[in-house]
Amino acid sequence: MTEERIGVYVCHCGSNIAGVVDVEGVAEWAREALKDRGVVIARDNKFMCSTLGQELIENDIEKEGLTRVVVAACSPHLHEGTFRTACQRAGLNPYLCELVSIREHVSWVHKDKAVATQKAKAIISGGVERVALHEPLEPLHVPIHSSTLIVGGGIAGIQAALEIADSGYPVYLVEREPSIGGHMAQFDKTFPTLDCAACILTPKMATVGSHPNINLLTWSEVEQVDGYVGNFTVTIRKKARYVNTDLCTGCGICEEKCPKKVVDEVFEAGLGYRKAVYTPFPQAVPKYPVIDVDNCTYFEKGTCKACEKFCPTGAIDFEQEDEVIQVEVGNIILATGFDLFDARRISQYGYGRLANVFTSLEFERMCNAAGPTNGEIVLRDGVTKPESVAIIHCVGSRDKNYNNYCSVICCMASLKFAHLVEERTGAEVYNFYIDMRTAFKDYDEFYQRVLEEGAHFVRGRVAEVTDAARMPGEEGKLIVQAEDTLIGKQRRIPVDMVVLAAGLEPRHDSKEVAHKFGISCSANGWFIEKHPKLDPVATMTEGIFIAGVAQGPKDIPASVAQGAAASARVLGRIQQGEIALEPVRASVIEERCSGCRICNNLCPFNAISFDEEKKVSVINAALCQGCGTCVAACPSNAITGTQFSNEQVLAQLNGLLMLNVANGHGAVTEAERVPA
Amino acid sequence: MTEQFEPLIIGFTCNWCSYRAADLAGTSRKQYPPNIRLIRLMCSGRLSPEFVLKALQGGADGVMITGCHPGECHYLEQNFKALRRFALLKRVLAQMGIEPERVRLVWASAAEGVHLAQEITDMVEAVRALGPLDWAGVASNGSAHAIPAAEIVGEEVSA
Amino acid sequence: MKYGYYPGCSLERNAKAYHQSAMAVAPLLGLEFVEVEDWNCCGATEVIAVDQMAAYALIARNLALAAEQNGNGHLVAPCSACFLNLSKADHYMIESPELAEKVNTALAAGDLHYEPGTVKTSHLLQVITEAVGLEAIAEKVTKPLYGLRVAPYYGCLIVRPGFEKKYDDYEYPTVLDDLMKTLGSEVVDFPLKAHCCGGHMTQISEPVAMELIRRLLHNAAEYEADLIVTLCPMCQFNLDAFQDNVNKYFGTDYHIPILYFTQLMGLAFGLSPDELGIGTEFVSARPALDKILSEAPTKEKPKRPPKEALPMPSLGGEG
Repeated sequence: MTEERIGVYVCHCGSNIAGVVDVEGVAEWAREALKDRGVVIARDNKFMCSTLGQELIENDIEKEGLTRVVVAACSPHLHEGTFRTACQRAGLNPYLCELVSIREHVSWVHKDKAVATQKAKAIISGGVERVALHEPLEPLHVPIHSSTLIVGGGIAGIQAALEIADSGYPVYLVEREPSIGGHMAQFDKTFPTLDCAACILTPKMATVGSHPNINLLTWSEVEQVDGYVGNFTVTIRKKARYVNTDLCTGCGICEEKCPKKVVDEVFEAGLGYRKAVYTPFPQAVPKYPVIDVDNCTYFEKGTCKACEKFCPTGAIDFEQEDEVIQVEVGNIILATGFDLFDARRISQYGYGRLANVFTSLEFERMCNAAGPTNGEIVLRDGVTKPESVAIIHCVGSRDKNYNNYCSVICCMASLKFAHLVEERTGAEVYNFYIDMRTAFKDYDEFYQRVLEEGAHFVRGRVAEVTDAARMPGEEGKLIVQAEDTLIGKQRRIPVDMVVLAAGLEPRHDSKEVAHKFGISCSANGWFIEKHPKLDPVATMTEGIFIAGVAQGPKDIPASVAQGAAASARVLGRIQQGEIALEPVRASVIEERCSGCRICNNLCPFNAISFDEEKKVSVINAALCQGCGTCVAACPSNAITGTQFSNEQVLAQLNGLLMLNVANGHGAVTEAERVPA
Repeated sequence: MTEQFEPLIIGFTCNWCSYRAADLAGTSRKQYPPNIRLIRLMCSGRLSPEFVLKALQGGADGVMITGCHPGECHYLEQNFKALRRFALLKRVLAQMGIEPERVRLVWASAAEGVHLAQEITDMVEAVRALGPLDWAGVASNGSAHAIPAAEIVGEEVSA
Repeated sequence: MKYGYYPGCSLERNAKAYHQSAMAVAPLLGLEFVEVEDWNCCGATEVIAVDQMAAYALIARNLALAAEQNGNGHLVAPCSACFLNLSKADHYMIESPELAEKVNTALAAGDLHYEPGTVKTSHLLQVITEAVGLEAIAEKVTKPLYGLRVAPYYGCLIVRPGFEKKYDDYEYPTVLDDLMKTLGSEVVDFPLKAHCCGGHMTQISEPVAMELIRRLLHNAAEYEADLIVTLCPMCQFNLDAFQDNVNKYFGTDYHIPILYFTQLMGLAFGLSPDELGIGTEFVSARPALDKILSEAPTKEKPKRPPKEALPMPSLGGEG
């Protein structure tokens, strides 16, 4: 028998609930049958969430002195906030209000009225039993540090960094490679405008490099993240460049004089060379080179040191060490981008074996005027111009054997390649596609333009790229064999060069990165957003946002938009200065804790630690996300969870089983069934 | 009309995935038997085995435990802990002579309203076939009804 | 390691050399092959096209006998078609209990029973590369096949379809290439190495088969192979016995000998050609084998690529 004064409100929701459940009967029943359980008033109303409905509750709280409220209506995911706020307005702690669903879980899924009504009664009984044990709670207020960490210096990260920095707040931009720019810096032209990628990117990069509010940490990686929203402590390792950046002027003499040439697997996609001491590309930001210790003669044998000899300012420092720093930030944006699908996995396309098969990234570097061929489209021998080029779409995408998803940008990229080939070589171009995905602004017009330029389109998945000639005209060529599904015939098309539009994949270490930051990854490896439709840049972890291709394949405009969106969210938080965290969390009752520490390892947010002096476990309320696993695991019942304590759940259970109502067993009796 | 036994099943849903799946079943108007009554927890990891036992003791004929798919838990990995507890719970129940089909673990993402409704329908029929749970009998006779461990070992819950 | 040995019909007749060389080489590698008693034809590709049920029963009879006679459940089949049929039947019997029941009803008539999954069938090449391993083989090589340009030809049935787990890449396998390298020969990586040899099309539609065989010979000749090495009696037969027909049909002049990998292994282990059935082939292998040098040829210094040439993608590490 409780001393609480509980008000029960049953919503009709128009006919959504009332059409199946006898709402007036239920309210009446609650008034009578649950009188002993604390219910002092029970009402029904057409639309509880309306202003009138809410006022009903507010008036009753004031006039009837209600101490608890149960609303039986739609899903708490919709209106829990509405009713909690209504209670708060009337002076009742919002956490003393419980919304139970008799719409999604009853009237919308059952047809038998008698049974549905009975179930609604049980659900209300559960709510009433439970709410009597609720406690008033206050949200946890946590201050927000005004600095932001952005991981990944590609276009999305750059955009986010500029937005926040321009608003006057400090940003740490961490980038793993020696320069920012990401994959976009590797491209030649961008679709559909055919803007030169470097021309539109480098001004932004330059701004980032000289912005007073951006602390640019390239050739660096995040090692550890501690803390919680508003108060993250991030450990960053600044890898040794072996170049003293205070002295380096970026003149490039070290790179010129270095005798060791190495294939550049990263920026040149394996198509070109760099030196052991290098900047990845001429417009690199920052302009300071790095030394690749795995390939440097000095680090291997102790000789050479040409860079040191020729450096006019003495900036080369072979003794330099990694520097590990810690920064305090309030929010984090992950914009780590993608890796290209490894086309060697599809052995029948011959990449890696047949010289003149290239991937899309290799081809971008080839087309780029600053690339290994100075923008000339040539075969692997570096000299011969191709007279025919085949471009294969969906390599490693839309494929059960590799990646099921569509990589979004390859169709447009392939059309771009087709255009560039025609423009620069006049060669015949064949695009082998499954569907043409040209959905956004000016994209389809670009497709039509390429069609008019005379590119050939074969709708069919390529079976094989081979050099085994079979018919006259095939000798010395690469033969692309595909079924042309529009004419229903097998085709063998001899070409000089094949370009594979390889798909986008998550970074190979995306799962580790996600774990480090405490967010989740989908099975594929893309970071998971809070809601796929309505919240694409936030994650389930407060304070951590995602932007760009790291969230899923997308083009540059979408990446920029997401970078800006994430920065807007962060700025909103910084503006408010503090954030209110839901008070659903666990805490240890010290007197009951025996120090067994079973709970310590259960928390994925590292919220539970052990107090060596008191020999009890302690939960950090700000880190705790309220899952309740530790509550369930404690053998001494020493951990209690607010809003979901054992007592509350068991009380709700008793209510559902109608154990506290006279004549209440859950099973429906014959008399209550509507005749068939 | 013959009186058909109507089992009562208590379902524990996790706030993020399976509760939303149940909501989705509602918005999709996907019908399922009314024999189940749902309790919302924040996470399947919150499920204490005592809840299951109390439910069965209190008159439920079966219990369904639901949560996010492994790898997709809102709290990262807590559904794995639920899985561990479930495995042990099944053995304990079997020792007491409670049929394994009375307690079922279902993974359902927020998009799988139809799947969850189907699982509920299947479970209601399965428990109906088993008949009402005689808790008093089980509690007093205990190991006399124990189900051999070999019958429940190796049961898999597909992710 | 003891294996049940299922020779299959061809190893008794036109592929006798395969059987002979396999038996000569096995003991040197510590392999004990015990022929399954009273085995019957696996049905090749014909029976299954005529009557599926009868075909599976026919195949399963061999599995039942093998299970009975060899306790450890390991069965080896040198012929690709036999290998495929045996693993296929087992796989489908595991997947479909109805099939297993019907098959066992048929087997019961002969007092036999087969529990699906009991016998694991491996191809002879699989046993040699996986169970024995290339390192152990390298140790036994006393007369490396220096200077011999060998084109490894897989045929299609060993890599496609792959049940249970893939045995090497479906399109571009390399296992036989590695074995040949271990024997000291120069491996010619020709692109049609896993393409169809025509199979029984020689009986059904000769022009088609002739073309398929011609393509393989042409490609191997293009790559200047001295010899084609195979692992399937059908492939060997088509390429070898029909080579003359191909020449007549197309006016070509191929003289490429086709040998079994076990024959080359035997030669590398120091066995005599007679022991290995060499000399029984249609296109004589003598001229090719005479090319074998007694010493490793001096490695040509790799030519420096011209300055303008673009680097090829590296085969290791990230792509």
